[in-house]
Amino acid sequence: MTVAVADPMLPQRYRVTHAQRLLDDTVSLRLTPQDGELPSWQPGQFNMLYAFGVGESAISISGADDNGFEHTVRAVGAVSRAIAALQVGDSIGLRGPFGSAWPVTAAEGADVVFVAGGLGLAPLRPAIEAVLQQRERYGRVVLRVGARRPQDLLFPEALERWRLARDVDIDVSVDHADTQWRGHVGVVTTLIAGARFDPHESIAMVCGPDVMMRFCARSLHDEGVADDRIYLSMERNMKCAIGLCGHCQFGPSFICKDGPVMRYDTIADRLNVREL
Amino acid sequence: MKDLEQILQSHAFLGGCEPEYVQLLVGCARNLRFDAGEYLLREGAAADEFYLIRHGKVALEINVPGKAPIVFSTLGEGEIVGASWLVPPYRWTFDARAVELTRAIGIDAACLRRKCDADSGFGYAMMKRFVPILSQRLHATRLQLLDVYGKP
Amino acid sequence: MRSDTETPRAAARITRVALQALIDALIARGYAVIGPTVRDGAIVYDQLSTTAELPAGWTDEQAPGRYRLQRRDDDALFGFAVGPHSWKRYLHPPMETLWTARSSADGFDFSAAPSPTEKYAFLGVRACELQAIAIQDRVFQHDRFRDTAYAARRDNALIVAVHCAQPASTCFCSSMQSGPKARGAFDLALTELLDAERHDFLVEVGSPAGAELLDSLAAAEATRADLDAADAVIAQAERRMGRTIDSSVFRERLRDRAEHPRWTEVADRCLSCGNCTMVCPTCFCTTVEDHTDLSGAQAERVRKWDSCFTMEFSYIHGGSVRQSTGARYRQWMTHKLSSWVDQFGSSGCVGCGRCIAWCPVGIDIAAEATAICADTPPTPGATP
Repeated sequence: MTVAVADPMLPQRYRVTHAQRLLDDTVSLRLTPQDGELPSWQPGQFNMLYAFGVGESAISISGADDNGFEHTVRAVGAVSRAIAALQVGDSIGLRGPFGSAWPVTAAEGADVVFVAGGLGLAPLRPAIEAVLQQRERYGRVVLRVGARRPQDLLFPEALERWRLARDVDIDVSVDHADTQWRGHVGVVTTLIAGARFDPHESIAMVCGPDVMMRFCARSLHDEGVADDRIYLSMERNMKCAIGLCGHCQFGPSFICKDGPVMRYDTIADRLNVREL
Repeated sequence: MKDLEQILQSHAFLGGCEPEYVQLLVGCARNLRFDAGEYLLREGAAADEFYLIRHGKVALEINVPGKAPIVFSTLGEGEIVGASWLVPPYRWTFDARAVELTRAIGIDAACLRRKCDADSGFGYAMMKRFVPILSQRLHATRLQLLDVYGKP
Repeated sequence: MRSDTETPRAAARITRVALQALIDALIARGYAVIGPTVRDGAIVYDQLSTTAELPAGWTDEQAPGRYRLQRRDDDALFGFAVGPHSWKRYLHPPMETLWTARSSADGFDFSAAPSPTEKYAFLGVRACELQAIAIQDRVFQHDRFRDTAYAARRDNALIVAVHCAQPASTCFCSSMQSGPKARGAFDLALTELLDAERHDFLVEVGSPAGAELLDSLAAAEATRADLDAADAVIAQAERRMGRTIDSSVFRERLRDRAEHPRWTEVADRCLSCGNCTMVCPTCFCTTVEDHTDLSGAQAERVRKWDSCFTMEFSYIHGGSVRQSTGARYRQWMTHKLSSWVDQFGSSGCVGCGRCIAWCPVGIDIAAEATAICADTPPTPGATP
């Protein structure tokens, strides 16, 4: 089916209406359309953000309200540095949303296991919020978060809010900590085994660095979660976001349009092939 | 109150273990309680007892001169603390500190080693319970080494 | 080869001289006529206004890593296979502005590039190239998102195909079911009928636009003998096909043999230059460049052909996914012959052989794919 989008290659004008530094190199921006309404979107999708004259970068949607998208941007390259440096009132170009979504609706009635690593909490956050807003539609809700150090943990306020929310089992593990840290230390995969959920009636959504997702998927598999009930959010070089430039290919998939959210059973074999 | 044998039988480490082996283990076991901040074991000390955590949380730390100790792992309910008692010269290679009130079963290492040597069937059964844990921890350590959340 | 079930063709015959009338008719209808011509020692595609610019009496001798023009012993206008160009450079140009942006009081304003208005008439499109155009149509027009600029150029284009009479040694269109007989979406299709007595073209009509054009020419009705002569041209081309390969196993085996040692062997020869992707008539990958003018007030985004052989192609923050040449070659060939089928419902290869001839070290996609897809898969550790 061909999508009737005015011109998916042409950015729309957005304005930065809120900017917050989350970590040393990571900011959160709220982007409000300058012309017209916010397009419809789903948790898991991404936008292409354009810094004037510098270039474009694919950034997942980490939240939205009626006024705009929230994007969490880590300054790692020329484009993301330029985007992360934007101030309230600045203009930015935005194309999107693009890509596949987390199976938030499909998971209704099941236990939901979220596993986030590092910045991977950002793309999962709208899915977590969506599940918590309709908490009664789901079974047990488990969130496992991995981070490098306690001070690198993303969205601590949101985590606290979710922790206080009804019936959510949240646990955080960091790779290194000093003795002040009261939480877990160790890789996040080790927190999956101890979580209480029915592996046969669960949907798992995993987002984080490639290696972390691979090992989390295996841990979930070992716990008895079927591979077709595990979802990962893949990262490749998204340039056009509409499947025409070829850069984001991962075997037969274009991550920009077939992903980024992909079912583990459809990609498990490919994940083990080097340099694919 | 549960007796030691019941407690051991219900611990994850011994899930599905033959009752006679649990009985053998009971002879080497004692009930322990550590307050928050109390150390279960210290680097360099003799590894003469290891622990089955019943509940609570234990941090494994390495002391760095001039810096705060680095916590490299935490362990909780159903997990075991300590493997150095298995391998000569039986010395601990890190500190283990109770992060919160922790109840544990202490197993006398010399006693267990003796029983393992005497009954190789028992020894092999114990080995089969330890090796997967060691392998999982080695694997987790590798992942930590990768520093996957670090700067690209 | 003509099968008995084929419906009789509405065909006409024109002389070599009338071919000029065809070009004139196209120009009169507002088309830029693009056709083969000799330049820099190769037969390339460029804008033409007379038949004198066609490569009369030239042919191309091709082999892995080799392309040479040679004199024919006749004056055939289309007596060659294919050169380094393909029609994609007109439908999917190597460089294209997508939009411009200007700083304004309100941030900045984007303007989409104007819709293309070029009207191209392609003269001399081979069967393999028709298939290549159909493949790019599928990518750019019939997927989830549509490339509107491509679609506009495609809608405006008129195609005069030529049934191939002269496959090169690098050709394998029969094996890819794409030639040598032109099928599918042409407006007119020519067969060059050349012998001691005559130099004519059999003309088949493929569309109302083609019919209208033919009506304007001094055409004679084709005789039975003309039709038979045209069939013979295609039949002899079929017989002279450079190579034959079994492409039926490529999809599955290339996908499943990602660790085949042959990938590393190819990598030892491959220069990672990307020539194969540039000459390939179906390779569609692009990158974009964002520019600003010196004052910083104007910006634009330009789309350019890109190649999966560059290191930057698979860059994600921190590094490239495909670091080794072997991985990049594997990506190219596996995409072309295997995952293309998953993505777009057909192979991405039409068997034109360009990538073989224009590879500076003569890597042969047909030979490599055949080796990797051999009936016996390699066993790890069992070094031959």
